[in-house]
Amino acid sequence: MATSFKKAVKISQKNLLGIQDLSISDINVILDDAKQFISLNKSKNKKLDILRGKTQINLFFEPSTRTQSSFELAGKRLGADVMSMNIVNSAIKKGETLIDTAMTLNAMHPDIIVIRHQDSGACNLLSQKVNCAVINAGDGRREHPTQALLDALTIIDRKKKIQGLKIAICGDILHSRVARSNIYLLNMLGAELNIVAPSNLMPKDIDKLGVNKFSDMKKGLKDCDIVMMLRLQNERMTSSFLSSNREYYEYYGLTPDKLSYAKDDALIMHPGPMNRGIEIDTKLADDINKSVIKEQVELGVAVRMACLKIFCE
Amino acid sequence: MKKKYFLNANIVDPYNSIEEIGGLIIDEEGKIEAIGKKVNKNNIPSREKFIDLKEKYIFPGLVDMRVFVGEPGYEYKENFRTLSNAALAGGVTSVVTMPNTSPIVDNVSIVDFIKRRGRDKSKINIYPTASLTKNLEGTNMTEFGLLQKKGIVGFTDGTQTIQNTRLMSRIMRSAYDLNSLVMQHAEDYELAKNGMVNDGIIATQLGLHGIPDLAEKIIIERDLSLLEDFNCRYHISQISSSKSVDAIERKKDIVNFTTGVSINNLSLNENDVGDFRTFLKLSPPLRTEEDRISLIKAINKDLVDVIVSDHKPEDEESKRLTFTQAATGASGIETLLPLALELFHNDSVKLFKLIKLLTSNPAKILKINKGNLSVGSDADLCIVDIYKPWIVKKEKIFSKSKNTSIDDKKLQGQVLNTFVKGEELFKI
Repeated sequence: MATSFKKAVKISQKNLLGIQDLSISDINVILDDAKQFISLNKSKNKKLDILRGKTQINLFFEPSTRTQSSFELAGKRLGADVMSMNIVNSAIKKGETLIDTAMTLNAMHPDIIVIRHQDSGACNLLSQKVNCAVINAGDGRREHPTQALLDALTIIDRKKKIQGLKIAICGDILHSRVARSNIYLLNMLGAELNIVAPSNLMPKDIDKLGVNKFSDMKKGLKDCDIVMMLRLQNERMTSSFLSSNREYYEYYGLTPDKLSYAKDDALIMHPGPMNRGIEIDTKLADDINKSVIKEQVELGVAVRMACLKIFCE
Repeated sequence: MKKKYFLNANIVDPYNSIEEIGGLIIDEEGKIEAIGKKVNKNNIPSREKFIDLKEKYIFPGLVDMRVFVGEPGYEYKENFRTLSNAALAGGVTSVVTMPNTSPIVDNVSIVDFIKRRGRDKSKINIYPTASLTKNLEGTNMTEFGLLQKKGIVGFTDGTQTIQNTRLMSRIMRSAYDLNSLVMQHAEDYELAKNGMVNDGIIATQLGLHGIPDLAEKIIIERDLSLLEDFNCRYHISQISSSKSVDAIERKKDIVNFTTGVSINNLSLNENDVGDFRTFLKLSPPLRTEEDRISLIKAINKDLVDVIVSDHKPEDEESKRLTFTQAATGASGIETLLPLALELFHNDSVKLFKLIKLLTSNPAKILKINKGNLSVGSDADLCIVDIYKPWIVKKEKIFSKSKNTSIDDKKLQGQVLNTFVKGEELFKI
């Protein structure tokens, strides 16, 4: 049974640092591979031996629940030895630089390192200093490629396609690596993208990435097939971006009224963690007919299994 | 010192409006004895040896108005000896050093130290600046008058900007009374907060905080408005964007001021940052290609007065970090002239004008007798093969820090010899 998962795949990159580096065929390879793991993850025996003998190190410099546990589970289900570094107790707290940490870990011969870091480009720097493959689990505001891939898989699972869909990405775009990765990925797969945010949370020149820009949410949601909400990243906001959460909810929170501008069968997505009552109405978030938020988490494990498998080879 | 005779050189000396083929004689004192087309084989003693510089160029030694030296406090980045060697390799014979040392140059006792170290350890002319405010804090101004008497040529907070408008107006008043030169690094802190690259599509894609061009323009407009009322000697250290060029152009006929630009902003743009190249984390940041072209146009319209290297040596450890953590600045004094010559080779700027912005213009702003080849002046000069191709290799850099912004770049034009006070101190 397990051997059927072991097909050889070709991918243009050694590392998964960002969607920007991938080709359409790379993306399809990953998504196709991930589909195999969806049913496995629902079955009783979830353990495979594809990555037996391989070592995976999770290096998370930022707090994370779903991404870290998702990568950990994915690695374990594939049979890899997974080590999650505890940054709080590590030498990094003693002032070790990222490059020195990388060289130290490299000397232990891991097969793959999964890194999350608060600085954009940290994974690029790490990848230059280690021999093994590096998977970016989020770097600063830049990219979060596995999140975009799992979002794409979720959309394909429900809508059977991405080509031609109208997708709105709403909220704190400025601080969001999820938004950037999704823009690259969904654009490549042929979706039409509406980016909705207050001007203070809209990155400069984002329209040059081939998206439509809106500061009015109702206009931005009009006739959309997918409404992807993003978390308001208050921890990254250094000065006054918004007057209040209350006003933000009034104008940019996803409510039934605003959702009514999208298509009737529109799906709601959110990468989590959610600020209920700030960017999304709590009932909508839990509405099993509209919200696919839990499914995103579920398929996240499958996508990460595919990524670990492909980039470990 | 023996007399030196150079013949058949292309001499460019903007101060004296010389651009001709001719000779140059350095006397026993290291001063220029004669210069120009009248100096030829026939009017030098036949027993004397001369050097034929056919197809080579003689320029006055460059005057670089924005140079960071690590002494005191950051000797591991650059000391006066390594700075001097790097400068000589680039044909630079006079530098204006920034006060951002540790301790900061903000009082007369430290000036003595710098002058002494500069004199003992370097072979080039060192012109130190002092900070505008004590400890660079932007609150209390330094003793312009007393510092000037000790030999300070100008006042600047270097990498810092005076944010407080009232303080800036008072600085200008004092500078007017004391005839002091004020040099401002124009950046509004709040607009530029946490910024590292130009605010635009590159910042968005790389996920880095941007520095908007407005942050520079607003300080320039503020200062030039103040200047209308408090007319002191005022110099904008560096501009980087077309918005700033517009702001300068609007005021050029109304108030007197001068403007500098870094060779980095004239030669590179934001795309060069590429895949998080920390050596290109600069202040002001590299901006768009349109901005770069507007700066070149500004030179040709005489809106920009000087070109600087903005030489900021940073050790490897300060750059081997994530882009966010990495230090700002690039080492560049050795490549200032060759990079500037690129603007000549690609027909952007005339050679005479380039040399003017690198020699006589900065000297005039600083009120120093440098950057010229006048008879009777110190023979500070460089001999250059402006067509010689070469490749920048960071291992070969003389500066103590190897953080060049143009590693592996192909350049055309190299300094062959550099003389200070008639003495040959660099030879390739």
